[in-house]
Formats: sequence, C-alpha cells, structure tokens
Amino acid sequence: MTNHNRYRARYCIFALMLGLSLAGCAATMVNTPVEEPPRHSISEFKDQRFAEVADPWEGFNRNMYRFNFYFDTYLFLPVVNGYEFVTPTFVQERISSFYNNIGEVKNLTNSLFQLKGTESATTLGRFLTNSTIGLGGLFDPATSFGLERHDQDFGKTLGYWGSDSGPYLVLPIFGPSSVRDTGGLIVDTGITYGIYAGIDPFGSTGNSFAISSGVTTLDAVDSRHQQSFRYYESGYPFEYYMVRFFYHEKRDMESRKPLPEN
Amino acid sequence: MTHLRLLFITCLVLLPLPSSAADSSYGYPIQGSYEATIIGTTANLIPEFPAKMRTRQLVLDVIPGRQKPPVFFYDKGLRCTFAYQKQKAPLVFLIAGAGASDRAPKLLSIMKSLYQAGFHVITLPSPSNANFIISASQSRIPGDLTEDAADLYRAMETAWKQVEGDIEVSSFNLCGYSLGASQAVAVAKLDEERRVFTFRKVLMINPTVSLYSSVTRIEDMLKQIPGGPKKQGIFFNKMFSKFSEYYRYGNFVAINDDFLYSIYAEKLFSHEETGGLIGLTFRINLAGMIFASDVMTNSGYVVPKNRVLSPTDSLFDYFLVSTHLSFFDYFNEYFYPYFQKQRPGLTKQALIESESIRSIEGYLKSSAKFGMMTNENDFILTKAELDYLRQLFGERSKIYPRGGHLGNIEYKENLAYVVNFFTKEGVSHDKP
Repeated sequence: MTNHNRYRARYCIFALMLGLSLAGCAATMVNTPVEEPPRHSISEFKDQRFAEVADPWEGFNRNMYRFNFYFDTYLFLPVVNGYEFVTPTFVQERISSFYNNIGEVKNLTNSLFQLKGTESATTLGRFLTNSTIGLGGLFDPATSFGLERHDQDFGKTLGYWGSDSGPYLVLPIFGPSSVRDTGGLIVDTGITYGIYAGIDPFGSTGNSFAISSGVTTLDAVDSRHQQSFRYYESGYPFEYYMVRFFYHEKRDMESRKPLPEN
Repeated sequence: MTHLRLLFITCLVLLPLPSSAADSSYGYPIQGSYEATIIGTTANLIPEFPAKMRTRQLVLDVIPGRQKPPVFFYDKGLRCTFAYQKQKAPLVFLIAGAGASDRAPKLLSIMKSLYQAGFHVITLPSPSNANFIISASQSRIPGDLTEDAADLYRAMETAWKQVEGDIEVSSFNLCGYSLGASQAVAVAKLDEERRVFTFRKVLMINPTVSLYSSVTRIEDMLKQIPGGPKKQGIFFNKMFSKFSEYYRYGNFVAINDDFLYSIYAEKLFSHEETGGLIGLTFRINLAGMIFASDVMTNSGYVVPKNRVLSPTDSLFDYFLVSTHLSFFDYFNEYFYPYFQKQRPGLTKQALIESESIRSIEGYLKSSAKFGMMTNENDFILTKAELDYLRQLFGERSKIYPRGGHLGNIEYKENLAYVVNFFTKEGVSHDKP
C-alpha cells in the first residue's frame, strides 16, 4: 500500500466512524403514527435494577459497537479467516505463543507497578524460560513447570491503587473498555513502544519500518484470532448489556486489591 | 455472545462437590441436577475435535421481503452453520434448545462430533431465538409446536436449496435438544406429508413432554428466592456481590477454572440459590424472545406501540421490564390471545395440550425412526413424564443416571451415543 492509499484508508475509517456516530442525531421523525403506552412498563416493578453499569455515553458506545461489527464483517474477520485458512494449525499456535510471550513484558511492568513481588518473579521467570527453552517464545514450557500466567495491564494497576473504572467506553476496534482502561491502554502502548524504540530490533536490516509494520499487523490478526467473540452473534437483543456487564465485573474483580482474610 | 452467556452461567454458579463414589460405570462426574446444568461438561471431559473443519455460515432469506426494523439492523437473515464433507454422506439437521443461536456451544459440540464421524451437518437457531423470530417466523410469535415446526421446515428447505449443489447427500436426519427435541418430532411429522426429506432417523435429546409443564417447573425455581420473582433484581445483585467478594477474599489469579472449582468445592451458593440462578437465566433468555416478538409485531406489549427504535436507542428499561415478565404473563397476555383470534373457540387447556408431544404420541409409537436420550435427574420432567417417555420409547430410549438438564450432553460418552444412533444401520426396535 502506498502512503497515499494508507492515508485514504485511514481517512475513510475515520469518516465512517464519525458518520456512524452522528447518524443517530440526524434521524428526524416524519409522519409516524402516534405512540401508545405499552402494556408493561418500568414503573410497575418495585425491584432493584440489575446488571447495570455507568454508561452516560450509551449512544456513542452503541455506535462504536456497531462500527466494530462492520469493521469485523468487512475487514478484520475476512483477514483473520484467510490467515486461519492458509496457516497450518501448528504455526498458528507458535505465532500466538510468540506474541503472548512478548505480552509478558507488559505483565511484568505492571505487576512491578503494583509492588507484587512473587507475581513479578513468576512473570519474569516465565519470560526468561519461554524466551530461552521455549525458543524465543514459540513454545510455553513455563506453564508446565508450574509458572502460572498473570495477565496485567496499566488499567488494572490504576484499579489496584484505587482508581474507579469511570464510565463504560466502547473503543473502535479494541471494543469494550472504560475511561480508566483506555488510559491504561495508552500507557501500556507507550511503554511497549518505548522499549521497542530503545532496542530497535530491526534497525540493522534497512527495512525497519516495513518489518515492524508486518509484525504489528500479525499481532493484531493473531489477537483477533485468539478472541472468539463476535459482535451480535448471539442474536440476543440485549447483547450490548450482557457484554457491558461482564466486561465491567470481570475487570473490577480482577483489578481490585484482595480483601484481608478474617 | 454465546460464550458470554456461558461465562455468565458458569460465573454465577457453584456446584456442591459430588458426594462420595459414583453409583455406576457412567463417568459423568457431577451428581446434582442443578449443578450439572450450570457447570455442564468441563473441558477435559469433552472429546477432542479436529482443529480445522470445512464449515461456513449460511445467511438465509427464508421469508422474502420481510421488513426488519432499524433496531435489528444487524440481522441479515436466518443464520445457520453448515459443516460439510467432500464425499457423499448423510446430513443431520440440528435444532438448538430454547433461546439458543446456531452457534450455541452445546450445538457446536454435537455438530463437531457428527462432522468428525463423517456427516454433513446444518445447525438451526431455536425458533425462540431472536434471529429466528426476526428472519424466519411467519407469525413472529414463537412457542406453538405446529407453527414453529412449519417455520423450521421452511428454513430447512431454504438451507437445503442453498447447499444442494455443493454436496452429495445419502440420507436426511434430524436431531434437537430440549425444546428443539419436541420441535424435531413435529418437523418429522410434517415431513410425512410434505416428503421433501423423508428423514431416516430422528433423535430427541432431553426433550420436554409438555412445554407448559416444563416451563412451570423452571418458573417454580425462581419462586424459591426471597421475595419471589418480582425481587429478582435484589437476588441478582446479592448473588453477584457474594461471588465478587469471595473472589477478593481468596488469593485467585483470575476468573478461571481454579476459581470456579473452588466455588463449587466451597458450596458458595445453596441448592435453592443455584435453582434461582437457573430460573433467572431462563428469564433473561425469555426476555430476548418477548422483546424481539413485540418489536416485530408492534403489539405494544413492552415497547410503546408505533415507536420506531433506532440502532442506538437505549434498551435497558425494556430489558428490565421483559426480564420481570414470566412465561405465564407471556402465555396469558400475548400468546393465547393471538391464537384465540386465529382459532375461535380455542381454550387455554386445548392450547396447552397442543404444545405437548402427547398430541402426537401415536405417531411416535408407530415410527421406528425415533430415538430419545435424557437423564434421570432432568428437572424439566416430572417423575410421571419420565416414566411416560420410558414407556413410549422402550428400547429406543437411553436414560443416563445424572446430568441434570443438558449438563452431560458434551460428555464423551453421550456424544458417542449420538453419533452411534445416526451411524448404526437401519431402523429396528419398533416395539414400545
């Protein structure tokens, strides 16, 4: 892809997102029949609300949710399917393992930020084991040695030190998130990029940009490949709320400080 | 979202540990019926499936010209999953259980087992799944055995038309679980008139005898929670904080199998609470059906009549309202009035009876193509209903000592039974 085309593609995606997010505002009512109150409404139930999450920007979020559905349908999933079709299963597993191993760097920095000594040692042990005996991360012998993986990120670090998740936020392409976790994602990406720029692994090849773009693209394809979630696949009309609730609860439980034992 | 629903169910529950030694050679480990239903089959007890399979998703235009409201913009047609062989092979249509989509995990496990054994397979969503209501239901009002069967039959014909050029088929077969099992026999009966498929064999897995009676038993589980079903929000919030607090007290790495096993081992939830969670899951499922049907028919049941919902409108209040409605509310206020209009003089009792497989028992008895598998402790059946099935199917039935409602369907031995049922030659054992 030439630079010009790349810009165009980005511009199109941006314009599409903007268009989708504004589409809701433009709808005006023309001559619709008069509404009548439904047989059952919320006022008749005297019960606690449940499965609710702070979501003041629901309209925007639903637009993003929809954008991700289209992005998946027309671009992301066809690429992932093509990848799965041409790549032998064994190779797919090695690629996943490789990127998961690189992800240990993020796990390590964040367990250090949370001053978790044992966990940091375990994660460091995993990284060293898998990078050497595991042939540069292609295999995962550490797990069979009893070194358990601890997934960490900066969003969890913030949660650990007491930061609330803030409102729910659906990000383009990345999907369900929150204000706090979006901040975390930016910090983690910055740290990863900083380390990468410091090491500059492809600097001597003369094709550093092309190679690192390839590595990043494959990373994205692999992570979508590892994620089985498909937007609207359940057909359940309230899927958005189920996703929102489970995302929020899972993050909340996994990030907060453990309570002391009584 | 199937995996999310799974996560939901798995997360919420706990299974009291199996008490002492198993009583038979059957290896499925979970004794309790509620616990088995919620936990299902753990990954190590599910057989290994091939990593790559020839599958594709069919998106079918079953009812040409069907108008779909903007809120269902993502629904492009009825979705079915199609797994196919290169060589000539028998084809099995699989019908999902109440509320489930064509990619429900249990349905896919059955599909993979059959595919592995050399069958072509087409999975269909349940007629009570929103996708089916929107794209394949003529009346858009699910729950009637006869109408649902006619809709399913049309969907199967459409699916077959779409793939018949690509595969060679030696025979047609049919299988369904839970509500889908009862629908499978109704479809088989319809096929005796239409003769498009002339099904060779039909397997019912954990069927209902009477839809109404089974749903009554599930609704009853929700009555056991403090304050009854009208206080399900309080119950939900309480169960969830129990769950989350338990996580924070223990030193868990993540919400994973170890954590869930620990909940099971520690009996975090009582038997009644576990039952309440099953009932609540049923209601959450039912809410999707009620809402989808109401929007499609513009009946003004939970959504104001004539309101056009946009793709970005909040639906949360509709979610809360719909989950607070019971199956009986749906039946009495929505379902029955519709059929009463269609068939003047129809009584409620007659409608309830028509939703039972007893209404076609003569056919079930006379035809050797049927088989039935279920569990001793499937709570959707009364003792009398289980005896009735045993007597009706005789040697054609297989009843496992435990597994609750569908908890053991992904267990190796059960899947092997399903495959064997369709593999073995001919149809025999015609006596009850």
